[in-house]
Amino acid sequence: MAPAGLVILVILVLPILDTARGTLDAAAGHGQAYLDFFDRGLNRGILWRTTKLALIVTAIAVVLGLPTAFYIARSPQARRSMLIVAAVFPLLTGTVVRSFAWIVILGRNGLLNDVLLWSGLIGEPIGLLYTETAIVLGLAYLFTPLMILSLVGVLENIDHDLMDAARSLGATPAATFRQVTLPLAVPGLIVGSVLVFTGSFTAYTTPVLLGGQRNTVLATLLYREAMVEFDWTAASTIAVIMMIVTVAIVLTMGWLARRMNPAVE
Amino acid sequence: MVTRRRSPWLSLAAFAVYLFLLGPLVIVAASAVSDTEYLAFPPEGFSLRWFERIFEVSAFLDTFWISLQIAVAGTVLALAVGIPAAFALKRHGVALPSWMGTFFVLPILVPEIVFGFSLLRSVSVSLDLPIIPTLLIGHTVIVLPYCVRVVSASLANFDFSAQEAAISLGCPPVRSFFAVVLPNIRAGILAAFILAFITSLNNVPVSLFLIGPGVSTLPIQMLIYVENFFDPTIAALSVLLMVLTVVVMAVVEKTLGLGYFVR
Repeated sequence: MAPAGLVILVILVLPILDTARGTLDAAAGHGQAYLDFFDRGLNRGILWRTTKLALIVTAIAVVLGLPTAFYIARSPQARRSMLIVAAVFPLLTGTVVRSFAWIVILGRNGLLNDVLLWSGLIGEPIGLLYTETAIVLGLAYLFTPLMILSLVGVLENIDHDLMDAARSLGATPAATFRQVTLPLAVPGLIVGSVLVFTGSFTAYTTPVLLGGQRNTVLATLLYREAMVEFDWTAASTIAVIMMIVTVAIVLTMGWLARRMNPAVE
Repeated sequence: MVTRRRSPWLSLAAFAVYLFLLGPLVIVAASAVSDTEYLAFPPEGFSLRWFERIFEVSAFLDTFWISLQIAVAGTVLALAVGIPAAFALKRHGVALPSWMGTFFVLPILVPEIVFGFSLLRSVSVSLDLPIIPTLLIGHTVIVLPYCVRVVSASLANFDFSAQEAAISLGCPPVRSFFAVVLPNIRAGILAAFILAFITSLNNVPVSLFLIGPGVSTLPIQMLIYVENFFDPTIAALSVLLMVLTVVVMAVVEKTLGLGYFVR
């Protein structure tokens, strides 16, 4: 165990702590780097855009993931394995390939423009690519499988007798879902939401390919500060902000999960 | 008993989501054979020239080779430190503080782009380590949690008294690990290997900061190409990578299955 612990400590923990230290060490004084970051309206806009997009993507993943996971959990065994494999396969395909797919769909000669032209809704190809909508689509595409898998694990373990009992006592299917299934699925929803939100909040590849130059998010800003502007203090500051948001989300949602269901460790 | 039937609306919703998940990959595959200089779907004409084009771009071949080496070496290293860690966690799990389990999944919790940048600052620049070793240790760390988790899961079904029996019959503890424990978790190790290998092969955010002149990885090279060219080459390359993913999964599954039959 010691070697693995040492590897993580030396290669992961210490470099990240050093990055954090770098933001406080600046000659200008403690915390100046953070004041500088929040002082710029552009940066505040990017932080807001990143948060907003991650929240929208999480909501979409819940809306798409919940019925799908519910469907998988209620399928017969053989079909269930097949459906899970079909959800895992996109996850094993690289982020570059999966973002690129949306370039093909949203591009000027892409599927969506073709459909819109054919239907007569538009007269000439419109710019769908390099927009916030494109980023949202790409990220929702990237992370919906994670939500499905988080939910399937939980939904599979729900005792079907509980639903049957609710039904036999006169609850409508909708009421059964809302009052029995959904509360029991909360732990899976929380885990899935944490994965999707933090993944979207820190994503780099998809915003670069589908957002273009104008729609900067935190990850692309970090890269630009570090590798184009060579302002490592600014880049470190963004890195620390990302870490703080991620840790805060993980801890808050973990606390929420424990509060709502004491059985969850 | 109340019959459990799925409403047609639920089936329709699930079908729509699967169309959303798999449709784009089919579209990529179809656009790869388009006989046009630009990306088009539905494909216009039929041509395999974009597949030929992949092999004419030496940067793709060079970076694929680097990515392959990093993925294999990184996964092997991660398994070498991860299997003993998983073993210790399961064997002495009760006696250990609970944060220790969390410690090994830290690399999943840390945003990859933050890790990549920190690695650049601390290892690549401060220690002046060459590119390949830096990429290797970076990838080892990002795949380590998958190794520890998957191997731990397969150890959950292992009866530790089998190892104790071997030791009480005079087998040295270290040898009992290799002779008794490892063969029993072979399936888990293979599963961990595939997952870690594919994760490393696809990584962008960590490699992004560590590449340098003449040394890059395949996903980064693809990213650069997509940003500059709008032809179907990447679609063709994507098809090959998807085929590779399927083949790796199938081959290991088959080997695993055959292994069980031989035993």
